[in-house]
Amino acid sequence: MRLLLTIAHKEFRDGLRHRWVLGIAVLLGVLALGIAAFGAAASGGTGFTGLSTTLISLSTLSMLLIPLIALMLAYDAIVGEDEGGTLLLLATYPMSRRTWLLGKFMGHAWVLGLATLCGFAVAGVVIAFATPEAALAEVAAGLTTLIVSSVLLGWSFLALAYWISARAGSKQAAASQALITWFVFVLVLDLALLALLVGVRQGGAWLPWLMLANPAECFRLLVLSAVEPHQASAITALASATPRSSLLLALLQVVWVLLPLGLAIRRFEHRAL
Amino acid sequence: MTRATTCATTSAIVFDDVSLKHGGVTRLSHLSLEVNRGEVLGLLGHNGAGKTTSMKLMLGLLSPTQGSLSVLGQRPDRAGDRAFRQHLGYLPENVRFYPNLSGRETLTYLARLKGRPTAEVDELLVQVGLGGAADRRLATWSKGMRQRLGLAQALLGEPRLLLLDEPTSGLDPAATEAVYATIGMLKARGVTVVLSSHLLPGVEPVIDRALILGEGKCLALGDLASLRERFALPYVIEMRGAPQDLALRLIREGIPARSSLADGGRLRLEVAPEHRMNALRLCTAFQGLKDLEIRPPSLEALYRRVQAPSGRDPGNGNEGSSESDASDRYQVIDESDHTTVSPSAEDTP
Repeated sequence: MRLLLTIAHKEFRDGLRHRWVLGIAVLLGVLALGIAAFGAAASGGTGFTGLSTTLISLSTLSMLLIPLIALMLAYDAIVGEDEGGTLLLLATYPMSRRTWLLGKFMGHAWVLGLATLCGFAVAGVVIAFATPEAALAEVAAGLTTLIVSSVLLGWSFLALAYWISARAGSKQAAASQALITWFVFVLVLDLALLALLVGVRQGGAWLPWLMLANPAECFRLLVLSAVEPHQASAITALASATPRSSLLLALLQVVWVLLPLGLAIRRFEHRAL
Repeated sequence: MTRATTCATTSAIVFDDVSLKHGGVTRLSHLSLEVNRGEVLGLLGHNGAGKTTSMKLMLGLLSPTQGSLSVLGQRPDRAGDRAFRQHLGYLPENVRFYPNLSGRETLTYLARLKGRPTAEVDELLVQVGLGGAADRRLATWSKGMRQRLGLAQALLGEPRLLLLDEPTSGLDPAATEAVYATIGMLKARGVTVVLSSHLLPGVEPVIDRALILGEGKCLALGDLASLRERFALPYVIEMRGAPQDLALRLIREGIPARSSLADGGRLRLEVAPEHRMNALRLCTAFQGLKDLEIRPPSLEALYRRVQAPSGRDPGNGNEGSSESDASDRYQVIDESDHTTVSPSAEDTP
């Protein structure tokens, strides 16, 4: 356990020095602030437009950006240390590969989690100012859901990045695979689902369940589940057929963290040095 | 070679007919070797000869596909316990560490991972001569400094076995000297050291025995004296002011010798080890002699001989040239092994 924390702490410090924490927090903060403050621009107005709309806009932002950030943060986690020679060195140290990978993952998870929290907390403050006092509890609940599920989303893609990194032979290969992963999970699968939805005329009740096969969609469903039903948009119409239990969705997100992480460990333990 | 027959309890490393095939390529073939505790073994060979592969086998990062291997009394690839790895120090050939951490932070981190008190860190930094730069980020360090940091981490926790892969690559002569001094000190403490190198002149004084590898095979193994003897490498005598037909005169006296012209009009003689004293006596007898220098065959010459295709007769004409550039390097880099004989009393017969 002490080993895990030592490794995690070093990774976190690396994250601070590389300005990852600051960079991610500022990026998310500024964009979130923009959405919160000018969210009504799309409907022709200015100013804050209400909690549900803002949360949905913020979730779209999360869904696009956080997977990309997570993948960029960690695509070289293993292959980078391999190329730098430190992996070979550390393999001769008295600790298991699993411990090392988990420690590193914890450090990266802490970097990403803290940055996401800081970024969205800024937006939260702005929203809180624009909301009548009576609805503050609702804002807090909505934002908490958004932040928690965003962090889980980030961690799933972090774990995917580790898996990619454990498999890749070079940093360039890992980088391109990470980009493809982002493209597939965030853009392609979404479009494919829509295409299927249009294509399958009858008996398409199973289709929404496909959404659960994508951590990004799990995230979106979880956020939507926290938003009032009367705000339902086109996306929620599809979502209405799937389980709306927040707990179940949160659990699924956790599975989406653990599954790729498990695969990463398995692959890493057999990686030739 | 007598050392190889000692009993297993004093052996730090035992290779027993170890082969490693990987993807259809034989990386190491039928290597048998015993390294005693407190011995310094030099692993020599070209790139791809199997030096790093042997090290990875000893570290348990690879498993032999044939034969058995024991390191500090354990099978390294099965050694699950922490104690085994705590007693191991390893310096990889290329390690860049973490550019954003300082030297002290890096070494502290590695000490924690190795389960050692961080009090060792400052001491080690001073020992490898990095005390002054310890708090600068590694990104600003030179290659040589990082190499020394690599050595420092290998020394964490007073290892019983040190594996150093090209410990002096990228180091300037002074730093190289310091590394070899450190190795000498460790040897005195009873640490077993295996070091690989293709920079031959420097390692000569440090190593007890040399294992010369070529394409995964053991080409030669033994201490330098016995290897020299076995491969019958000539001694080199260089002199100024000697007559050109000196070799002929020596041959007339029954001393087989070959002569050639070296730089600066110096005459260069190669004589078999057993004839070197007689040859020396004859040479110093000449009146015009200004300067004379005699050198034992260098490790480099040995290395070239061993690497040469088998079946070549030791002492045929091609060897002269290879010995020549070998010893030129030798002369520049290593001054310690020279025996310079100044002709006494300016040529009085």
